[in-house]
Amino acid sequence: MKPTILVAGLALSLAGAASADKLLINGAGATFPFPIYSKWFSEYNKLHPDIQINYQSIGSGGGIKQITERTVDFGASDAPLSDEQLQKAAGLQHIPTVMGAVVIVWNLPEVKELRILPQTLADIYLGKITRWNDPALARENPHVKLPDAAITVAHRSDGSGTTNIFTDYLSKVSPEWKAGPGRGTSVNWPVGLGGKGNEGVTGVVKQSEGSIGYVELAYANQNKLPTAELKNHDGHWVKATLAGVSAAAAKMPMPDDYRVSITDQPGADAYPIAAFTYLLVYRDQQDTAKGDALLKFIWWAEHQGQKDAAGLDYAPLPASVVHKVEQTLKGMTVNGKPVLASSR
Amino acid sequence: MESPSSLPAGDLAVAREPERAPESAPAHGNVPDRAWAVLLTVLGVGVLCVAALIVSELWRIGGPAIAHAGLKDFVTRSTWDPTRDLFGAAPYIYGTLVTSAVALVIALPVSLGLALFLTEMAPAAVRSIVSFPIALLAGIPSVVYGLWGLFVLVPVLRKDVEPLLGKTLGFLPLFQGAPIGLGYLAAGVILAIMILPTITSISIEVLQTVPGPLREAALALGATRWEAIRLSVLPYARAGIVGATMLGLGRALGETMAVTMVIGNSPTIRASLFAPGYSLPAVIANEFAEASGELHTGALAALGLLLFAVTVLLNIVARLLVRMSRRGPARVRA
Repeated sequence: MKPTILVAGLALSLAGAASADKLLINGAGATFPFPIYSKWFSEYNKLHPDIQINYQSIGSGGGIKQITERTVDFGASDAPLSDEQLQKAAGLQHIPTVMGAVVIVWNLPEVKELRILPQTLADIYLGKITRWNDPALARENPHVKLPDAAITVAHRSDGSGTTNIFTDYLSKVSPEWKAGPGRGTSVNWPVGLGGKGNEGVTGVVKQSEGSIGYVELAYANQNKLPTAELKNHDGHWVKATLAGVSAAAAKMPMPDDYRVSITDQPGADAYPIAAFTYLLVYRDQQDTAKGDALLKFIWWAEHQGQKDAAGLDYAPLPASVVHKVEQTLKGMTVNGKPVLASSR
Repeated sequence: MESPSSLPAGDLAVAREPERAPESAPAHGNVPDRAWAVLLTVLGVGVLCVAALIVSELWRIGGPAIAHAGLKDFVTRSTWDPTRDLFGAAPYIYGTLVTSAVALVIALPVSLGLALFLTEMAPAAVRSIVSFPIALLAGIPSVVYGLWGLFVLVPVLRKDVEPLLGKTLGFLPLFQGAPIGLGYLAAGVILAIMILPTITSISIEVLQTVPGPLREAALALGATRWEAIRLSVLPYARAGIVGATMLGLGRALGETMAVTMVIGNSPTIRASLFAPGYSLPAVIANEFAEASGELHTGALAALGLLLFAVTVLLNIVARLLVRMSRRGPARVRA
């Protein structure tokens, strides 16, 4: 019986090898950009049938681990790598691809619009503001009758880039939050119920009257959830729009490694809880064919690919960032030779 | 296996059922027999190796995190703060044990009653009609249970069950606090439904092995039907029922998806069943993909090790229980 299994296994692996005459590029990482990445990969495959890009959305943590160990050709992460993580992956370049945002949703049947000050939001999540008719909320919403009801706080229970962006924002606007729970993909929440994924948080919010939660903008748009207005860095009340998210990165001077937080940025329209999502690629590619194809794909994604973003509820990169990424890509090499130097 | 007494046990030559065929192999010679024995030994040792590999690998990844926190603190502390590398597993252990206990308290009487009804009282036609949906329950994916729990069970608990329990049994710390819906109780009820088919169907198998004459003897001595069940059927089947319960408990301890969707995912220790909690498998599944560093990943692996330890410990207790309560030949082991 055993030899039969062996022979069958051998035959299978041979068949696998024979069909792999296409150039297969492997990537792994963040789940948040998965819908647009898979669209890009399939569009790009239509343009270049000989190149197939395979992406596993296993989470940013897994993506960082795999690209550090070079078991994949590129990684993807919602949060930039820490200095410590980057030390282990020398020569790794962050390349922003699209932008996402986090919005505040709530459940009060009578209340259709809501304005929340940054400090008030932090205090709600710190458990210091516990009732909807708290003066801090009532003052900013004079036209709305806020009920005398307890606030049920909902947050993500799974480690996620969304939580990272949200807690990054809270850390910027509230010193107390920064000193307390801090910023991370999973934090020690002072109060609240955890829901798994955007759908879990939405489930908690939809079912519990008097609850408040945070979800990805794309998820809120697709499910037509009303979202709260926030006061941005310049003091304007803004709703989350794709243009507002793009504006969040437009004014900021970009460092060469793009490892920068773009929450609470200046700009009249800038929405304050926004972030890049990144591809992680080594600056010098070892495999000639793969490296060449990968860099050309990224160039395509940064230009033609951006047009697909809005349709899938991602904010496209502002022109200033695309321009900077062009320079970065031109500086990247395959076995020491630049590939895109003459691209425009 | 319907009527073991009609088949002379031990006389393999006359056994014509196909499932007995491998046992007649020795008659045909030694070589296939030996090969078969070697193959089975290799497979058996392989299972042990896999278990050992899991433990050693979890220890390799999780060891540093346990060393960082100290084993005692890791198990007894209740703060879980990945951004500050503070890892205390107590709320998760507590949540796992409490939800499994609630599940057993609800599922055991129902399952046992159902099994007794189907084997002792119901006509054969009813038995086959009722046992089909029970078997079906076992095949429902746990994420479906979780969704059903979140959208159907939790609102019912919040609006009706928890206020009622609070009003009538509110003097117990178990039933105090605001009715949120999501929490230990919701997770326990979902788990009870999930382990019900396991306990019921194995109990049915066990009860069917109780010899008819035992029952008839009790009835002949003037016992009522309930007395016959209590005095002759249950003692005979007790070991098997304990085994069935332990299999159910094993599933409850390890259930991840359905629990995380209804337990509220808040790492706190509360006496009230209405409060949100957390469980060991749930936190591993939730945080592993986006764990922020070596220590965080390690701490999650260490939680896996803890879960393994809890399961092994409970299995040992179950074995002892089975050994202590063994009366008849019905032996189902967890």
